[in-house]
Amino acid sequence: MGEIEISRNEKLEIDLVLQAVYAKYGYDFRNYAKASIRRRVRHSMEKHGLPRICDLQHKLIYDSAFFEQFLLDLTVNVTEMFRDPPFFKTLREKVIPALQDVTPIKIWHAGCATGEEAYSIAILFQEAGMADRVRIYATDANEAVLAVAKKGIYALDHMRQYTTNYQKSGGIASFSDYYTSRYGNAIMNQKLRKRIVFSDHNLVTDDVFGDMDLILCRNVMIYFSRELQERVFEKFTQCLCAGGFLCLGTKESIRYSSISGKYETLMDGQRIYRKRQDPEHSDECIK
Amino acid sequence: MNKNVKKEYRAVVIGASSGGQAAVSTILGGLPKKFQFSIMIVIHRGHEASDFLERSLDKKCKCRVKQADDKEVIETSTVYVAPPDYHMLVEDDGSLSLSIGLSINYSRPSIDALFESAAEVFCDELVGIVLTGANNDGSRGLKRIGDLGGLTVVQDPFSAESPTMPRSAIAMAHPNHVLPLDKISSFLLELGKKK
Repeated sequence: MGEIEISRNEKLEIDLVLQAVYAKYGYDFRNYAKASIRRRVRHSMEKHGLPRICDLQHKLIYDSAFFEQFLLDLTVNVTEMFRDPPFFKTLREKVIPALQDVTPIKIWHAGCATGEEAYSIAILFQEAGMADRVRIYATDANEAVLAVAKKGIYALDHMRQYTTNYQKSGGIASFSDYYTSRYGNAIMNQKLRKRIVFSDHNLVTDDVFGDMDLILCRNVMIYFSRELQERVFEKFTQCLCAGGFLCLGTKESIRYSSISGKYETLMDGQRIYRKRQDPEHSDECIK
Repeated sequence: MNKNVKKEYRAVVIGASSGGQAAVSTILGGLPKKFQFSIMIVIHRGHEASDFLERSLDKKCKCRVKQADDKEVIETSTVYVAPPDYHMLVEDDGSLSLSIGLSINYSRPSIDALFESAAEVFCDELVGIVLTGANNDGSRGLKRIGDLGGLTVVQDPFSAESPTMPRSAIAMAHPNHVLPLDKISSFLLELGKKK
């Protein structure tokens, strides 16, 4: 059998693993971007010393504790506070002032992973003096990372990088006022934590929230297939208020999507979009 | 396999590290406005780099050069460069996908990640080129390209600013061709003619 055929067979086997995961555990990775999911499946096999895909398949079906580890291998949870400072600068200067007169301000942070960005957003609204009106719903499909987010405790080592990011985003307060240092950890302030509700939510399989003023979903859909991304874009458009904002990662775009006509571009360099007033439902959900 | 058989190449992937910006600029500078394949490039650079490199290459070269967007469908006569701090992969439908997964060989973007994913999509219609660099990223990916029937090329280490990466690729992937930098664009154009 030639290498090309082996490679094709492998693709087929990995598709079957994803089918099995969905059937057994309800996590749906079937419509993820294939190239990247295949890399992560192979990486997980190497890490756990599983030589063949059928070994992985068997272990996944019979060992649900192993599945939890596999789930972490499959999802990318790289995040930091004020990641992409220019994005947060735009949020601070252009988006937050536009929400000045809205009460309450409802924010959905989809795919929050370990929560660093959710705390960053809470900080921005606190600095704008709008903290008491803001409700941040931060969601992720992975309970292990959500547990970290809820605690709001991060390694102190990272705080230097985060402080630099914060300053580049236009922050002028002392960043260390936002956390308490203890035993090599930074514990985020209670005041910030109170603004955020972390909850378990799967973008692929769960229903959406309503009446959002701001949705952030950055570097989450890069792992989705085009079709799945399209479905999620439609969900976002459904639950965003007219005049509400949609923020994507700096290399993501709605340009090639069917929803693009419903938005105007606030700042394309930052991939921040504002939902237009819908002429047919102009009385709905405008605050 | 006889590499002189006339076949059509749909894509070229290039990996470069230290000294890579000048090397890539030399290759792209030798290409015309139109050619029959797409080019995808990973260059190691600082994670906060802007798209200055792409914009200046686009100005300087006859062909179109751009920083890749997620889910962008690749076109011929176009050069896509992986954004700083993202892996760039090729999907089965010929679109590009980005990822902020863990660094591979301490690198994001990773040359191996691009090469391995492109090899699985384009198989024997792919050309892989490893250029100058001071690490061994790209060796494993180039071997994968060769294993799946693609054409493998390495910059002659003697013409490379940093010879480590070409040397490593030669040792691991046993490339079909080892070429001095200034011969690579004409080599690509010859391939494009052999149809």
